[in-house]
Amino acid sequence: MLKINALTKRFGDTTAVDAANISVDKPTMIGIIGRSGAGKSTLLRMLNRLSDATAGTITFEGEDITALRGAAKRSWQTRCAMIFQQFNLVPRMDVVSNVLHGTLNKRSTLATLFNLYPQSDIHKAIEILDRLGIAEQAPKRAEALSGGQQQRVAIARALMQDPRIILADEPIASLDPMNAQVVMQSLRAIHEEDGRTVIANLHTLDTARRYCGRVIGMREGRIVFDGVPQQLTTGVARDIYGAGGDFSEAATSTEIETLDRQEVREAAVIA
Amino acid sequence: MADISLGGAPQNVGSIQSHYMAQVQRSRLYGGLTLLVFIVLMVSGFNVADDRNAGGFWDGLHQIGDYPADVLSEAWEKRTDLPGLLAKYFPALVETINIAAVSTLIGAIGGLFLSLLGTRGLAKWPRLIPLFRRISDVMRAVPEIVIALVLIFVLGGGPVPAMIAIAIHTAGALGKMFSEVAENADLKPVEGLTSTGATWSQCMLLGVLPQVAPNYVSYTLLRFEINIRASAILGFVGAGGLGYELRNAMAWGPGRFDEAGAIFILLFGTIVFFDQVSSRYRNRLTEGQGQ
Repeated sequence: MLKINALTKRFGDTTAVDAANISVDKPTMIGIIGRSGAGKSTLLRMLNRLSDATAGTITFEGEDITALRGAAKRSWQTRCAMIFQQFNLVPRMDVVSNVLHGTLNKRSTLATLFNLYPQSDIHKAIEILDRLGIAEQAPKRAEALSGGQQQRVAIARALMQDPRIILADEPIASLDPMNAQVVMQSLRAIHEEDGRTVIANLHTLDTARRYCGRVIGMREGRIVFDGVPQQLTTGVARDIYGAGGDFSEAATSTEIETLDRQEVREAAVIA
Repeated sequence: MADISLGGAPQNVGSIQSHYMAQVQRSRLYGGLTLLVFIVLMVSGFNVADDRNAGGFWDGLHQIGDYPADVLSEAWEKRTDLPGLLAKYFPALVETINIAAVSTLIGAIGGLFLSLLGTRGLAKWPRLIPLFRRISDVMRAVPEIVIALVLIFVLGGGPVPAMIAIAIHTAGALGKMFSEVAENADLKPVEGLTSTGATWSQCMLLGVLPQVAPNYVSYTLLRFEINIRASAILGFVGAGGLGYELRNAMAWGPGRFDEAGAIFILLFGTIVFFDQVSSRYRNRLTEGQGQ
């Protein structure tokens, strides 16, 4: 289905992504983990074609994505929705309008200027919001919502695109643990119920372990791990993060239950 | 539906949909009315202007290219004289640039004081902020050409009245732009310097100016471009420089269009040149700092 072949991105002398090879055969929920600057975001941005690859190819169902230009490229971006860490909504517009932005690829600029969305699309947008549990926020401005709600609006915008793939770039990094859980569960539900592929950059191991069917580890632009969560031992995790013996998974956790675990309490006492 | 609706949905979807649709219909109605009013105003305003015009817009429209065509054809016929004319009018160009440069410099210094004295949090006399703000309002509200006409009447024609007129307008305009930048300046360094017993001018010099300098210089360069155009225009009312020569060449009518052509070339060349130079510097100042 999706095949990434020797994908490389260089910024001047630094190589952000170094010959990445990933192959996805069936809809999967994939978590990409690694330190800041490991190239996770760059990889996702190249998949969405927000930035161009220096070398290598992305193939989706036989179509070369890296070669797309103009309208064909925008059509791919519709099929491959993206969710951002800072939500990237239009803050002064209401929630439903933000969700309707998912249909922009099908609309002319003139229709957009006069806000002429068909009634069926508006109804569909509110149904998607209802599915994510925020339908009653529909007429409010996006900026009036909490972070977790805004991220769910962003997911609704992505769903409005009816994409085959949803990319999520650190979707929960700006959220508190409770909202993080809601957002991750929404992404999981979208994967399970709609059969869409979800690729999420995550910076906590336990989130990747808990929600993803496949985990990819990146370090300094290279893919150093690719497997099921069960294969992700503490040793492997230390290797991905380049950490020493004092590294503990609980230290990066955002789960509320982690606080009850024995080793964290001990760590807190020592600190 | 998924079991992820943790927010809960007390209202049912149908009523939310119909409420939102009603809201959309209302905003579309308002939008349509606004558009209608806009079109009506455009059409009626155009008709009023056209009626009061000496000629008619539609009658004159096809003649719009006649004058430039005359100028261009005559200038082309006498193209061999062009280098000589360019050399002849070069001193006038220098005069125009001189007026622009001096007035920008004086205006920027004036604007600097007006902005620092008129910005909340920085002003030396907080109670006088409205006064300094109104002063800069008045200075930029009066068009350069009005000040220049008054001064030419008083002082006689020449570059000095033009310089003063442009400097006054520049001080007012830059005072406004500068104070917007200064409002966003971080006040912590100022507080730190005040705590050491520094005077107000020392605080401004060391605490504020380093922060705002790139933006100030960039706005000043933009103003310099504008002032070159302004000083050329002021020549038309007798303030010397290139504009004065251009008016003479054009007012004489056919026969001296080659001179008008040469002056246009000088003016366009200069404006493009300073545009390019200053936009390059402004980009460097606002984006790549220290590189």
